[in-house]
Amino acid sequence: MKVNTMAEFMAKGEQPEVLFWVGCAGSFDQRAQKITKAFATILDKAGVNYAILGKEEACTGDPARRAGNEFMFQMMAYQNIQVLNGYNIKKIVTTCPHCFNTLKNEYPVLGGNYEVIHHTQFLQELIEQGKIKITDSNEWKGKSITYHDSCYLGRANEIYEAPRKVLESLDMELREMKRCKSKGLCCGAGGAQMFKEEEKGDKRINTERADEALETKSDFVASACPFCNTMMTDGIKNRDEEVKTEVLDIAEIIAKAIQ
Amino acid sequence: MALIAEILFSILTGTALFLFGKNLLTIRRNILIGKAAFINDRPGDRWKQVLILALGQKKMFRNPLVAILHIFLYVGFIIINIELLEIIIDGITGSHRIFAPLLGSYYTILINSFEVLAALVLIACIIFYSRRNIIRLKRFISKDLNGWPRSDANIILITEVVLMSLFLIMNATDPATHFLISSYLKPLFNSFNENQLAGIEHTAWWIHIIGIYAFMNYLPYSKHLHIILAFPNAYYAPLEPKGKMHNMQSIQNEVLYAMQPEMAPTEATAPEKFGAKDVMDLSWKNLMDAYSCTECGRCSAACPANLTGKLLSPRKIMMSTRDRLEAVGKNIDTNKTFIADGKSLLHDYITVEELRACTTCNACVEECPVSISPMDIILELRRSLVMEESNAPAEWNGMFSNIENNFAPWKFSPDDRDAWTSQL
Repeated sequence: MKVNTMAEFMAKGEQPEVLFWVGCAGSFDQRAQKITKAFATILDKAGVNYAILGKEEACTGDPARRAGNEFMFQMMAYQNIQVLNGYNIKKIVTTCPHCFNTLKNEYPVLGGNYEVIHHTQFLQELIEQGKIKITDSNEWKGKSITYHDSCYLGRANEIYEAPRKVLESLDMELREMKRCKSKGLCCGAGGAQMFKEEEKGDKRINTERADEALETKSDFVASACPFCNTMMTDGIKNRDEEVKTEVLDIAEIIAKAIQ
Repeated sequence: MALIAEILFSILTGTALFLFGKNLLTIRRNILIGKAAFINDRPGDRWKQVLILALGQKKMFRNPLVAILHIFLYVGFIIINIELLEIIIDGITGSHRIFAPLLGSYYTILINSFEVLAALVLIACIIFYSRRNIIRLKRFISKDLNGWPRSDANIILITEVVLMSLFLIMNATDPATHFLISSYLKPLFNSFNENQLAGIEHTAWWIHIIGIYAFMNYLPYSKHLHIILAFPNAYYAPLEPKGKMHNMQSIQNEVLYAMQPEMAPTEATAPEKFGAKDVMDLSWKNLMDAYSCTECGRCSAACPANLTGKLLSPRKIMMSTRDRLEAVGKNIDTNKTFIADGKSLLHDYITVEELRACTTCNACVEECPVSISPMDIILELRRSLVMEESNAPAEWNGMFSNIENNFAPWKFSPDDRDAWTSQL
C-alpha cells in the first residue's frame, strides 16, 4: 500500500479529494503511529483519494500557544498555511483533535481557510455512505466498550455523537462513564501538560480518569485522540489492568472490522 | 407625624438609590480599566444567549433540582420587586396599599402570588443554607471560600429569609387583608390588640424596606452581583467554538514582517506588552467575568486539576481577579489615577503553580452558569509568563526548541515524519 504525498500529486498535476493531516504524535510516537496506519488503511480500503504532506508537515503550534508561546505558534501557523495554501488544499481530515481544533478554528483568521474534519466524523460518513462495510463476523461484536471524550473534540468543538455513532455501528455495547460528553473528564494531556511533569497534587489526572473507565468494567476503552490514548493507557497500566482493558483508537477498531 | 415619616422615607429612598447608582458607576469604571475588546457582532445570536443562558438559566439545569430551587429565588426576586413599587409610593405619599382599590380583586391575586413566591423563596433559602452549612457540599467547604466569601453567601441567604418573613408578617398583621399564606400566620398575632398590630405591621413594613435598600447597597460588595451582570455577561459571551484562542494580531504581524519584510510598515510602532500581567492587561470582558462570579464553584468541582488536588481552582482565579481589580479601583479612588503599588495579578494574586496546572480542557467554561471563562484569564497570564518573563518549566523550553528546530514537540528528525508509510 502506497501513501502519496501532496508533492507527488502535484507532480502528476492532480489534486486529491482530501488531505490527511497526520500530526506529530501520529507521525513519531510509536503507539500513535499504529492509529495513523490503521486510518490510512481504512482510507485505502474505502478508495478515498487522499494525500499526506509527508516531510512538509509541521507542528500546528497548539502546545506552544497553550503554554503561552504565541511567537512559536505564529511561526508554525505561518509556515503551515504557506504550505497548505501553496497546494490549494480545500479539505483536511486529521486523527488528532488538537490539530483539528487549531486548523479549524485558529488558522482561518491567519489566512488558512479549509474544511477540517476529525477522523471520527470521516469514519461516520464512510460508514453511512457505505464506502466501508463492517463485517458481520467482526471481532468486536457483543464486546463492551467505554468511550473517553477528548476535550478538544468534545467541549472545544461539541463533537460528541460521531465517535459514538461509529462504535454503535459495530454492535458493541457502549457503556458511558459517570462523567461523559460535555461533562467528560480530561485525560490530563491538554494545554501542553503532555510535555511536562504534572503539578503536585494528590492524584494524577490520568489515574483518576482511568479509574472511572475501569469502573464501567468494559472490555475496551475507546479514544479518539493520540494524547488521550497515551494518558489512558498509562493510567490503566498504573492500576495493572492493561491486560484486561485495552485502550484503542476508534480508527484501530474500525480497521479490524472491515473487509 | 405622618409628614415626617414621608420625608424620612423619601430621603432614605433617595440616598439608597444614589449610593447604589454611585457604586454601579464605580464598578463600570473598574470593568473599563480592562483592554478594549469589540464584542458586538451577531446581535441576534447574542440576544439568544441572554434568553437561553441568563433568562432561561440553561446551565443551572445540569442539576434540575437545584435549578428549580434557584428559579424560585430568581422569579421571587423579580416579581416581589414589583411589590416594591407599591411600597415606595405608599412610603412617599403616606398612602396604604395604593394599588388595592385600583386593581380590585386582581390585587388579591397579585399579592397571593407574591406570598406563594415568598414562601418558596424561604424554603429555597433554607435548603441552600443547609447545603452550605449542614450537608457541607465539597465545593462550599473548599478553602477558596475561607473567611469573607463564606460569610457573604450566608449573609445573603439569611437576609433573604428575614426579608421574606417580614413581608409575610407585614401582610399577616394588616387587619384589612386576608392573603393566601399570611392568613395562616394571623393566629400567631391573636393576642395583640389593634394598635399593637398596627405597630407590628408598621415596624415590619419599615424594616422590610430598609432591609431591601441595605441589600441593594450590599450587592456591589458581594458575590451576589450576578443577579445584574449575568445578563450582559451572557450577551458578550463568546459565540465561537470554545477551543478557539484569542489571536494576537501584533505577534501575527511581527512574524509576517520577519518573513516578508516588504510588508513591514516603515514607522516602527511601540512594542506592546504580551499577555496579561495585571488586570489592566486583561479585556473588559475578563473583568466583567470577575464581577459576575457567584463563587458557586461548579468550575472548580469539574476542574481535573482541582479535583486531583492541584493548587489551581478556576473559582479562585476569578475571585483573585476581582480582588485585584477592587484594589486597583481603590488605588484610583485615592490617587485619581492608578499609581503602581508594586503588586500585580500575576504572582501576587495568582501564582505560577496555579497557572501551570491548567489542561485547557474547558470544563470550567462549560459549567459556568453565567458565561465566565476562567481559562481565558489563565491563558493570558501564561502568555505574560512565557513571553515577558521567559518563565517556563525546562521541559516546555525543550518542547519550544524542538518545535522550532524539528517541527515537532519531540526531538525527532523531520526526515522521519513519513517513516510510518514504509511500514504499511
